[in-house]
Amino acid sequence: MDANASARLKKRGSAWALNIALFISMLIICLPGLWIVLNSLRPTVEIMAKPPVWIPRELSFDAYVDMFSGVGQGGIPVIEYFRNSVIIAVTSTIISLAIGMSGGYAFARYRFKGKSAWFLGLMLTRTVPGIALSLPLFFLYAKVGLIDTHAGMIIAYTALNVPFTIWLIDGFFRQVPRDLAEAAQIDGCTRWQAFWQVEFPLARPGIASAGIFAFLTSWNEFALASQLTRSTDSKTLPVGLLDYTAEFTIDWRGMCALAVVMIIPALLLTYAVQKHLVSGLTSGAIKG
Amino acid sequence: MATLTLSTLDKKYGGFHAVKGIDLEVADGEFVALVGPSGCGKSTTLRMIAGLEDISGGELRIGDRVVNDLPPRDRNISMVFQSYALYPHMTVAENMGFSLKIAGRDAATIETAVKEAARILDIEPLLERRPAQLSGGQRQRVAMGRAIVRDPDVFLFDEPLSNLDAKLRGQMRTEIKQLHARLGSTVVYVTHDQIEAMTLADRIVIMRGGVIEQVGTPDEVFNRPASRFVASFIGSPPMNMAEATVTRGALHFDDGTEFPVPPAFTVAEGRRVVLGLRPDDIYPEGHGIHSESGHAVERRELPVALSEPLGNETLLFTEVAGQNWTARMLNPRMVKRGEVLRFHLDLSRAHLFDAETGLTLRG
Repeated sequence: MDANASARLKKRGSAWALNIALFISMLIICLPGLWIVLNSLRPTVEIMAKPPVWIPRELSFDAYVDMFSGVGQGGIPVIEYFRNSVIIAVTSTIISLAIGMSGGYAFARYRFKGKSAWFLGLMLTRTVPGIALSLPLFFLYAKVGLIDTHAGMIIAYTALNVPFTIWLIDGFFRQVPRDLAEAAQIDGCTRWQAFWQVEFPLARPGIASAGIFAFLTSWNEFALASQLTRSTDSKTLPVGLLDYTAEFTIDWRGMCALAVVMIIPALLLTYAVQKHLVSGLTSGAIKG
Repeated sequence: MATLTLSTLDKKYGGFHAVKGIDLEVADGEFVALVGPSGCGKSTTLRMIAGLEDISGGELRIGDRVVNDLPPRDRNISMVFQSYALYPHMTVAENMGFSLKIAGRDAATIETAVKEAARILDIEPLLERRPAQLSGGQRQRVAMGRAIVRDPDVFLFDEPLSNLDAKLRGQMRTEIKQLHARLGSTVVYVTHDQIEAMTLADRIVIMRGGVIEQVGTPDEVFNRPASRFVASFIGSPPMNMAEATVTRGALHFDDGTEFPVPPAFTVAEGRRVVLGLRPDDIYPEGHGIHSESGHAVERRELPVALSEPLGNETLLFTEVAGQNWTARMLNPRMVKRGEVLRFHLDLSRAHLFDAETGLTLRG
């Protein structure tokens, strides 16, 4: 066999090997999600079986029907939990993005005293595990009456998200050449118009990513929410999962069904926002 | 179109004095180039004119309006950036029409203006493309188109050609010149490339360390440089220089070489001076343009250290007065390394500068 043919074969072989490796990795990543969907559709006996039953014998939507059938009939207040989750996650995402855009822009564009110290300080807050904050937050909230309120959760999640959104959006604004905003000003824009007409559209992928991250953090967070919420007035979906645990039993099927209900909006949102995540929009602005 | 007046214009960044009270008058329709090495304050000056930098002191007028504190959008100027600064999320047509859109003009007016500018710059087929789909030269044209559409009082160019390759740069230079002739607009053009300045400008402003060293036509700054700095900055290859002391009416160089004082100058005995001679004015016998029969031609037998053939001419490097000097050989022939040639040094075209102040000694 000549060298070219063997090189060609080797190239094809390694492409196949790469595809197989990717398939296996994706399988491992997707398996837990698939398992949750599967478990929400079959009885607890099958879920708990050892060795595991990979292919379900019968599928039913009983868990979903029960979930929505009202308190006392095996159901949980899923509508209220859903409403709370939406209010808390959406509001805290909007506030985090507003602060993140202002902060990120300021860090990317302006020079001011103590800039690096501020930035480092913001990043350091990320090193504190959220759960470590739960006790101090609990005492504080108990004093000011924020326990079991939407506002309390919104404030907590906004505080958690802001350092990250600032950091992410700062990076994207840095990639937008300063010349563009200046060109826009010369073209007749005010500083404000230059931002919205030119810099904002170009940093949109970063702002969209920050938005998704902020939303998912608030949507999925459990540890803090389980401490700071009490009733259906403010309990979020992840806390609602606890409704399926009793003193001696856990309703795994119901829990998985609620998890699926939680995952679907997050998936839909990510899918809707992903078209804004196209990168490389700034290419062509300057030489190249 | 309008005049532009800078009166003791000043810029300080904290303790750093970037522009030190410069005065400049640009006439209506005039093309003025600001040149100088990096950090000389030329770009800062341009940015002050544009309104992108605050003015620390002095006065800036466009026409008869003082515009010191007006934001860029109220100055009615256009600027072409070194990076082009095209909006990547807009098409070429949207880029060019952006200023009119912001000004609230109707769609028909914008379209007419954009089409007209595109026709002038020959970019009509590109109007629906985005900047990322254009080559460097096309982007450059679009950036100029965006400036034209506004019909501004003053055009500002900030090193607009420095990102292009040499061939395209030459071509765009010609186009800018034609465009200026056609539009008759007032232009301030910043460049560090003295060839661009020489070829384009009606007048050249040479800056160094935040001050203006000389303002003059290309002919003036080339043939009558006000200082040693201007002489070395304008002209390529740069002017040859060597320090000497005037003794008994002659220039005595540190290595013992002696030349007569150039005829256009009278210098006091004992003064330290710098002799400057352009490469065009030192050439092997029979290979130069200037006054072969001139009365101030010095002849010297000198060995050639190195030669650079350029086709139509050859640059020869040889040691004169202890310095490496460049000579220009027209109608060239092969020159071997170390070959001794009879060089003519045309002192009637030489320059003398004060060794301390660097200023010309021409009366």
